[in-house]
Amino acid sequence: MINMRPQTIAEKILSQHSGQVLYAGELCVVPVDGAMATDTTAPLAIQAFREMGGERLANPDRFHLIIDHAAPAPNERIANLHRMMRNFAQETGCHFYDIGSGICHQVMVDHHRVRPGEIFMGADSHTPTYGALNALACGVGSTDLAAVMLTGKIWLKVPSSIRVNLHGHRLKEGVSAKDIVLEVVKQLTISGATYQSVEYHGELLHHLSLSDRMVLCNMVAEMGAKTGIVSPEGLKLPYNFEPVFADKEAIYSRTLDIDAGSLVPRIAIPHSPDDVHDVSTYAGTPVSYGFIGTCTNGRLNDLQAAAAILKNKKIPPGVRLVIAPASRQVLLEALKDGTIETLIQAGASIINSGCGPCVGTHDGVPGDGEVVISAANRNFRGRMGNPRSEIYLASPATVAASVLHGKITLPNQSE
Amino acid sequence: MYGDNIDTDRIIPGKYTKTLDLSTLAAHVMEDLDPEFSSRFKTGDLIVAGDNFGCGSSREQAPLALKSAGVSLIIARFFARIFFRNAINIGLPVLEVPRHNIQMGDEVYFDLTEGKVMNHTRQEVYRATPLPPVMLNIMQEGGLVPYLKKHKDFII
Repeated sequence: MINMRPQTIAEKILSQHSGQVLYAGELCVVPVDGAMATDTTAPLAIQAFREMGGERLANPDRFHLIIDHAAPAPNERIANLHRMMRNFAQETGCHFYDIGSGICHQVMVDHHRVRPGEIFMGADSHTPTYGALNALACGVGSTDLAAVMLTGKIWLKVPSSIRVNLHGHRLKEGVSAKDIVLEVVKQLTISGATYQSVEYHGELLHHLSLSDRMVLCNMVAEMGAKTGIVSPEGLKLPYNFEPVFADKEAIYSRTLDIDAGSLVPRIAIPHSPDDVHDVSTYAGTPVSYGFIGTCTNGRLNDLQAAAAILKNKKIPPGVRLVIAPASRQVLLEALKDGTIETLIQAGASIINSGCGPCVGTHDGVPGDGEVVISAANRNFRGRMGNPRSEIYLASPATVAASVLHGKITLPNQSE
Repeated sequence: MYGDNIDTDRIIPGKYTKTLDLSTLAAHVMEDLDPEFSSRFKTGDLIVAGDNFGCGSSREQAPLALKSAGVSLIIARFFARIFFRNAINIGLPVLEVPRHNIQMGDEVYFDLTEGKVMNHTRQEVYRATPLPPVMLNIMQEGGLVPYLKKHKDFII
């Protein structure tokens, strides 16, 4: 590849896979390095795969089925869909993760199923989370996934990229990656990155963990993006990898500069993830239900942030806190270091590792008129299973501080 | 006719998505957003929306529910990307039409190949944003399943 125009990370990864030099707007067919589906999307994908005449998977060792959206099964209908997935996995020899393994995205990262520079297709809208690993990952529907299962390939339009520069060397106390991404969602809006890649840069990256990077990429789904990718500066992994950097003069459709160092805790108010304000503006709003978990904020550092606030405290009567560790690995680590015990002592309910109440199917549906403060990624009306409830989105620290006081509270003012 | 940012939780709530039964999906489609949808909507009617229709989840149950309820076409200024691919993949016609003057009750026809929407009531024609050839071919074949059965591979 000589005389190339400078490229973004998305353009580079797609070019490396297609064998031709590609730029935004061009169409390509690329081999897919990994793919997965969950109990919401796998049954339709398996059905479509069969209808396409599929018998054998193109790459059984790179295909993953995960039961996480309604796990364990809350009724017989879902139990039978789970059964269909178990049978299919046995028949085709693909990887299978049963109830309790965790949320698909956390499981893929925990088990190193996606690596830097790879292309991954997941039948779940938060698949761009793996951009934390400097990979190109997109959410697709069941029929697109069935085609990947059958052919090992997908057609894509090379996305244009939005560059987000995160300035600053440290975040203020009580501020986390969630507050940063809520600010980005606010600035780009719920449709502002449609069909595009959101590429993160800036000096703050040297100070962000893998978990923080996952938060930044997770919520590009709430900007309408096709994918989100973090530049590999500061990325530490337990194996050797070839990082993919953007070229210096790469062309972006838009550049956003965020002074992360001066950011204060942020909150998305009902009923849209881009309706973002300072937590202080809504401080004092009564809440009766807090939720910490999900592919956005269910990792060890998230549970630890909540435990730090709730240590030796009691959640008051009339308020409840539900916690779903993002994976079995997260749960085991949080058990070992005492985080789970602290949370239980404070009065929290620990539920199975999985999507939990985020998708409104089971495990904690809010009642009529109830106000929820959640560390999840979506607060659309009815998202948690009841259109007559309200959902605020914030960081795990803000959720913990708020349930402790029964009202929206800044994390650094929870004493 | 609906506004901007209609999300997939409003099209079909998560609690109804865990099924392969299309009639269950059709029975609950749009119920939180528009409780009269199922009584008002007639097979062959179209949906007209604003920006970013179908944002949120990757659930293919959203376009499937609309297709099963008899929706013949969805027009929006633009669609959320996963919904857009999903709709075309299952053979539900969708067109991005940046400018139109369609009102409730208008008699409307459309031509996917030409990317045209004809409003017979107002004697007007509107242009859709052209689709990439691969998408147009998938739509013309009636979805990705028949497309792949015929072509065995992607042709771009």
